[in-house]
Amino acid sequence: MKAHLVVTRPAFTLDIELDVAPGEVVALLGPNGAGKTTALRALAGLIPLTRGEIVLDGQAIHTRPAEQRPIGMVFQDYLLFPHLSALDNVAFGPRCRGVSKTEARRTAAALLEQVGLAGHASSRPRRLSGGQAQRVAVARALAVRPALLLLDEPLAALDAHTRLEVRSQLRRHLAGFEGATVLVTHDPLDAMVLADRLVVVENGSVVQQGVPAEVARRPRTDYVARLVGLNLYRGVADGHRVTVGDLLLSAADTMEGPVFVAFPPAAVALYRTRPDGSPRNVWQARIDGVERHGDNMRVHLTGPVTAFADITPAAVAELDLTPGQEIWASVKATETHAYPA
Amino acid sequence: MLVVPAVLGLAFLVLPLAGLLVRAPWSTLPQRLAEPQVLEALRLSLVTATIATAVCLLLGVPLAWLLARVEFPGRRLVRALVTVPLVLPPVVGGVALLLVLGRRGLIGQWLESTFGVTLPFTTAGVVVAEAFVAMPFLVISVEGALRGADRRFEEAAATLGASRMTVFRRVTLPMIMPGVVAGAVLCWARALGEFGATITFAGNFPGTTRTMPLAVYLALETEPEAAIVLSLVLLAVSVIILASLRDRWLS
Repeated sequence: MKAHLVVTRPAFTLDIELDVAPGEVVALLGPNGAGKTTALRALAGLIPLTRGEIVLDGQAIHTRPAEQRPIGMVFQDYLLFPHLSALDNVAFGPRCRGVSKTEARRTAAALLEQVGLAGHASSRPRRLSGGQAQRVAVARALAVRPALLLLDEPLAALDAHTRLEVRSQLRRHLAGFEGATVLVTHDPLDAMVLADRLVVVENGSVVQQGVPAEVARRPRTDYVARLVGLNLYRGVADGHRVTVGDLLLSAADTMEGPVFVAFPPAAVALYRTRPDGSPRNVWQARIDGVERHGDNMRVHLTGPVTAFADITPAAVAELDLTPGQEIWASVKATETHAYPA
Repeated sequence: MLVVPAVLGLAFLVLPLAGLLVRAPWSTLPQRLAEPQVLEALRLSLVTATIATAVCLLLGVPLAWLLARVEFPGRRLVRALVTVPLVLPPVVGGVALLLVLGRRGLIGQWLESTFGVTLPFTTAGVVVAEAFVAMPFLVISVEGALRGADRRFEEAAATLGASRMTVFRRVTLPMIMPGVVAGAVLCWARALGEFGATITFAGNFPGTTRTMPLAVYLALETEPEAAIVLSLVLLAVSVIILASLRDRWLS
């Protein structure tokens, strides 16, 4: 699937290009209001394109209404028809595409069995749990044998525990699906686990794309850096030395010219007095706040650069950290990575 | 301070009905009810009100859909026009129907010359008069239900390949069914009680156009006790319908 989507609204313009191979899962990742769902609805034909095109299997489908596109869509709150049983919900698509009632029900029953809900075929949607409803929604979308599968925040409505389980099941179903898949999410974990490739959308444009590991290692915007949990700065490199504002950092990579520098919060160490040794990678910061972060404490630092530092609770107690306090921070050069901006 | 007018209002609504029950000739009720004229009027009323409701459903549900779902120029005007019969005195409605569908009427003339069909002063005319007066109730109720329905279900159906007609038939209609039923009940009740438009457009012929309300009015002049009996029957029918549908649809 190749698409160039342009949707113009009074206060917002979406303009992105998407290229998804059959069998590939691409996640559109971005903050709320970035235009991810708009892009998905445009692909589905639920809103018209202002400009651009959608080509699927060599056919331009953007001129067709939603019901004539070879797509399947899973909505954020599933939108299972409340007056139909799970089986009839799944059989709905094949029925609309001219399959006989018996045949459609057979297809639906087989799909429900695949998602492990054979025993709930006659249940109405309101009798299903969130995770079950999600699986019925996936089965319903797959029942029409779409060439393009669209998923809008497929796990957002689930509680943390169910989410874990449903996520791995969804991953299995997506792996078995032969068509192209576009998944919208604002959860980096969902994106990393489910997608072969991430496309990060901010303010209606693509700001970064790549395989999950690449995006996680080399974020290019503050939003992505926050998602993947890295401190990110723009600087100018001269060999191993990178200048970020007034701060001089030593990086593990040799670069020249404008670069991004990133290091994990766990690579930052804090001291009450200036540490000995190299003057690089050391700066004086002010503590802006301290919060729990997993097993560690995350310290928010301001100063020449804004940074997060993850340290152990014991270290917090030992250093007697309080907001507003001046402190020395250092980061290991081996964990500071520079890459072209 | 609000309790006093509230109680007065309640009394105002309930007392006339109580009066009806108090003054009813209970001892002779069975014989009076079994009188052929009563049964005939009751049968005519039930049949015409039911057919009128069916006509309203057939035409009114698509009209409500048009008003709720399709953007077109002049939609507000059309919605206003639809509600006109609601505020129009029924007698005026009857006169208007005569002018259009009467023998000399704009369409009535053509109907008679082409199909040999005349509507005024026939049972079909009763249905027309009742449908004219009752349809707005259905349209408004169904349109409200359509506006309240989550349109994203319709979008979901479209992504599954459902045409507009299939979406309407298999998704929209089942989801707004309570609104349709409520509208149909209102519509039916209004048609059952129709008087002004019916007597103007369809006249007052026993057996063909004399419905219960007409019979009540007529009996009041000659035989007041019969009028009370007929009124009780209308009241009972209304209450029974309302009560039987209430639990399932109207709550």
